[in-house]
Amino acid sequence: MDAEVLRSYLPGYAEAFFLTIRIGWIGIALSFGIGILTAFVSYYKVPVLKRIAGVYVELFRNTPLLVQLFFIYFGLPKIGFSLSAEACGIIGLGLLGGSYMSESFRSGLDAISKVQTESALALGMTNFQVFWLIVFPEALSLSVPAIVANVIFLLKETSVFSAISLMDLMFTAKDLIGLYYNTTEALFLLVLFYILMLLPVSLIGSIAEKRARYKMLGV
Amino acid sequence: MEEILRVNGLSKKYEDLTVLDQLSMSVRSGEVVVIVGPSGCGKSTLLRTLNALESIDGGEVVLEGEVINPGNKNLSRVREKVGMVFQSYELFPHKTVFQNLTLAPLKVMKADKKETEKEALALLERVGLSSKKNSYPRQLSGGQKQRVAIIRALMMHPELLLLDEITAALDPEMVKEVLDVVLSLAKEGRTMIIVTHELQFAKAVADRMIFIDGGRIIEEGPPKEFFEHPRTDRLKKFLHSFSYEE
Repeated sequence: MDAEVLRSYLPGYAEAFFLTIRIGWIGIALSFGIGILTAFVSYYKVPVLKRIAGVYVELFRNTPLLVQLFFIYFGLPKIGFSLSAEACGIIGLGLLGGSYMSESFRSGLDAISKVQTESALALGMTNFQVFWLIVFPEALSLSVPAIVANVIFLLKETSVFSAISLMDLMFTAKDLIGLYYNTTEALFLLVLFYILMLLPVSLIGSIAEKRARYKMLGV
Repeated sequence: MEEILRVNGLSKKYEDLTVLDQLSMSVRSGEVVVIVGPSGCGKSTLLRTLNALESIDGGEVVLEGEVINPGNKNLSRVREKVGMVFQSYELFPHKTVFQNLTLAPLKVMKADKKETEKEALALLERVGLSSKKNSYPRQLSGGQKQRVAIIRALMMHPELLLLDEITAALDPEMVKEVLDVVLSLAKEGRTMIIVTHELQFAKAVADRMIFIDGGRIIEEGPPKEFFEHPRTDRLKKFLHSFSYEE
């Protein structure tokens, strides 16, 4: 490996790194919102919306992100919606992630007993208070392991962004290999930056998992 | 004493199964009513209809002149008047003991923070759990959890307290510490409806006993007569199932 090559590649990778992180985390935040909303709708069996949420979850959980991105990036302009590649990446990741987050939240919601809800109702809480003060925080604590797994999965999924010409880490690596054929250096930096991006998430994630589990279950 | 709760011809069905069959009863302010009966007789369902956790198919429940049913608009306001303690404690696992006590008064009644906290501390002191103030529910024993659940209900100043088999999930040595709290509440004149299998306790705490079977009240009366001179065969048989002598 040539240190000089590595050094000259670094700025490009750093730029791609921050782009990937930015799109990744905005997309994940979006997936969080979508996930909570759809889980809420299906948990409380809201008529009509419940069906829509179900179709959405199955549709996006069972198709690859690459295909979804193609639809958003190449398909939407055909019916008059033109979005930047970055916006497409965020929306695609948000929609894919939303379907996974939805299932994670729902498993947390399902784990809360009916009597727990009733005990909150019996204290005079409104349905909204029961959800916001009791059911939601409890379900969130229970869903932490699944959510952490989703976040890691989604950050890794950003590697298909290169297909819609977003200059993420994967794109940068492919680009440099194509230009200079320094495959070893390019792939080495690619792996390094992905680990740099994901290792902290894994570490913080496992601390969060432990804390949530301890709080809820005491083990 | 004035009547606080009236139940008129209450009926409840689960598909073909009649759980409550035209049941009527009333409770006066300050009265302690203990309901006993075989499993599945409808006693827990009855309790749950009293604060509209269960829908009803006929009849009505009237609490202090206000009709209670699950379609009620101010259901949460009505429920503030009725405290309920469950077999499985149902403390909020993500909140400390202290937060469990203060949450509903602060959020539901919008009560004064200082007053509420003072009251929570006083109640913890009363049930001997001051030292557990900042513990999480999982760090408590069953008996301790149930004592917290009882005072959590009291924090809302309910007119009526419903206790649904609150010792059924407890280890035997913890039953007394919980029932002692209930007994002290009875002494200070709390209106309570208690469903229990602890007949000894029922004898000690009840002003009136009610025996339910098949969704109907089969027999009721003061505890002394109820236990010593049961009139109906069904109650005799039920009481007999608790004794081991020949």
